[in-house]
Amino acid sequence: MTPQESAAAPEVAVAEDPVKVQNARVLALLHRLFGEATFTDVEEQYGLLSVTTTREHIHGVIAGLQQDQEIKLNFLTTMCGINYPEDEGKELGMIYHLHSLTQNIRLRLKIFFPVADPVVPTLTDLYNSANWMEREAYDFYGVIFTGHPNLIRILNVEDMDYHPMRKQYPLEDGTREDKTDLFFGR
Amino acid sequence: MMDTRVPEIKTVEAPEGVEGAGFFATSLEKVVGMARANSLWPLPFATSCCGIEFMATMGSHYDISRFGSERPSFSPRQADLLMVMGTIAKKMAPIVKQVYEQMAEPRWVLSMGACACSGGIFDSYSVLQGIDRIIPVDVYVPGCPPRPEQVIDGLMRVQDLARNESMRRRNAPEYQALLESYNIK
Amino acid sequence: MAVNDALAGTHKIIEEAAAQRHGQLMPLLNDFSQELTTLNLGPTHPATHGIFQNILQMDGERIVSGVPTIGYIHRAFEKIAERRPFYQITTLTDRMNYCSSPINNLGWHMTVEKLLGVTVPKRAQYIRVIMMELARITDHLICNSILGVDTGAFTGFLYLFQEREKVYEIYEEVCGARLTTNMGRVGGMERDMSPVALDKLRAWLKSFPVVMREFESLFNRNRIFMDRVVNVGPISAEKALNYGFTGPNLRAAGVDYDVRAMNPYSSYEDFEFDIPVGTNGDTYDRFIVRNEEIWQSLRIITQALNNLPEGPYHADAPHYYLPTKPDVYKNMEALIYHFKIVMGEIDAPVGEVYHSVEGGNGELGFYLVSDGGRTPYRLHFRRPCFIYYQAYPEMAVGTTLSDAIVILSSMNVIAGELDA
Repeated sequence: MTPQESAAAPEVAVAEDPVKVQNARVLALLHRLFGEATFTDVEEQYGLLSVTTTREHIHGVIAGLQQDQEIKLNFLTTMCGINYPEDEGKELGMIYHLHSLTQNIRLRLKIFFPVADPVVPTLTDLYNSANWMEREAYDFYGVIFTGHPNLIRILNVEDMDYHPMRKQYPLEDGTREDKTDLFFGR
Repeated sequence: MMDTRVPEIKTVEAPEGVEGAGFFATSLEKVVGMARANSLWPLPFATSCCGIEFMATMGSHYDISRFGSERPSFSPRQADLLMVMGTIAKKMAPIVKQVYEQMAEPRWVLSMGACACSGGIFDSYSVLQGIDRIIPVDVYVPGCPPRPEQVIDGLMRVQDLARNESMRRRNAPEYQALLESYNIK
Repeated sequence: MAVNDALAGTHKIIEEAAAQRHGQLMPLLNDFSQELTTLNLGPTHPATHGIFQNILQMDGERIVSGVPTIGYIHRAFEKIAERRPFYQITTLTDRMNYCSSPINNLGWHMTVEKLLGVTVPKRAQYIRVIMMELARITDHLICNSILGVDTGAFTGFLYLFQEREKVYEIYEEVCGARLTTNMGRVGGMERDMSPVALDKLRAWLKSFPVVMREFESLFNRNRIFMDRVVNVGPISAEKALNYGFTGPNLRAAGVDYDVRAMNPYSSYEDFEFDIPVGTNGDTYDRFIVRNEEIWQSLRIITQALNNLPEGPYHADAPHYYLPTKPDVYKNMEALIYHFKIVMGEIDAPVGEVYHSVEGGNGELGFYLVSDGGRTPYRLHFRRPCFIYYQAYPEMAVGTTLSDAIVILSSMNVIAGELDA
């Protein structure tokens, strides 16, 4: 294009993806409220903003987001544990999904911590729905939530002595006699 | 619109015997068998999806009350047939055993669904791989979930068992040995 | 009537006398009133729909405290899912909320389609909407009819289950199974809606509203039913949101959050439907909200059926969608794709996706972490029953035992979804 042509060409507004704009707003809010250094690994996967922070900050971040009146991320959709046994010092993780019902914005927060010291602050003082979800994470991964009113196993039998969702443990029951691995291709 | 046809109701036939004016002589076992087979009150131990298929079987389309199971009893003391429907997790196993122990003789067990028969698709650490690990089972109805027709077929097999069972069976040493093998008092 | 007035006079006298006696006796009985009875409600009990236990401390007929215990049907779905390829996980999702399996199935397929970047054609999306709304109707039918049974009214259950049988016939035409449907495929549906299925659906759309109206006439303004359920187990909107309620339970409390309206998926934005909300979140509101949602679902199905577009019933995604058998026998590429899909040679992209659909009980979410292999690295189900059942002790404490049963029934707790 010659300079005259480009000058004469009409101003075409680049269509901004509304989801990207929204996520940029959320990220700006997070940085403003809690500082840029609190969040690492900022990603946007399939339209959902996902940030990683540390277990020292997570309670403050979620409490701050609950109080914030601009975006109102005050609905805890779900939380779950995850196990990456290869990441030294970050073997276990907790993943929180927040949702703003008034503005339809979702956010994913992740924290990672070592399996040798799986202690995380509880969110039961902020959200009542966190109670059982934390018990489930304790049951499955052995994550210990400080301040939880009743941290006992919820889905498995109470006298189970290992945390079954960790990658090191097998799916099948070790004591079964009738299904030999030979026939089942394992 | 009223259906004016008279329904053909099939009643249970009398057993073989000698009939006369005002009396009917047959063997006690046949009469007791007939009575037991046609009045099996189930205990619907419904845990998961098979329970919904049982509700459909209990509904008016398939209707197990035609077979005598008019009153599904949730009290083990008043039930004849324990129908275990659905996955039994290891956490639930002691409760199944307790319910079975509370039932009075004669009692039958029908295991409905793949999960109750053998653990089903859940080959995992928390699921009991079949209730016959903890209680003796009389009839297995496979399926995931079995169609109501299959459940009715299973019920009819239990009826056959009840009709032809010897009256001494429950006190016989073989039966006691069977219960011993499951550690049931 | 004069007789009633005379009797009313007598009743008042009796009540006053009883109150006086009570006042005299209460201090004497004070020690006794502190003795609480422990009642073990469950895990197997006719009134619990599915197996979960509540250990109640009762002061006579009043519940003082309740401790729920769940996990009696924990089948380790999330662990099993880490060992199954994507198309085999559909059978697992069936068995979560087994009263409305198509919603779970199709929600899972949509999650995988989001991960893989597959766009589903319009016809398949409309068929999916029809099946999901049918599933939602059947889920609400179970909940409301069982609520009727728990208050002593068995007939409504029989009427509505007959209608469920007809829906089962439609499911059989579409996917082959009655209850655990395993419906659809990644990329669309496994077969087009046959003329038989469409005829059955149209016939059902004519016959069902009549039965539904009859059911409503039996229950909605029934004095006995209303006495049992009005103002029983109310919950405020703020508390419900804090407890993570979604679905009809939240809408009965007054919040109109519906995933179909907020994050439309599978062409829900093409349809016009209302979101019924209640006022004080009690059992009656939950019952009425579910009834109204059935009517709205009928609306959506009618719109989808009338506007069903022509076109393919599955996406053109040979890497993920199993080719048809004639193609496999004649076409070399189809044979290779068939082999690769079934043997799991086709890898998924690395990433994380969260997708949620409006299940029968609320926001059913799927959080899928894929590491590129044929099975998920982590799959977490956001199960609405698990999250809102925590509020049960709060709703039931202070009520009588019969109210507690009715509250439990109206919350529609499905044990498969609770324990997963």
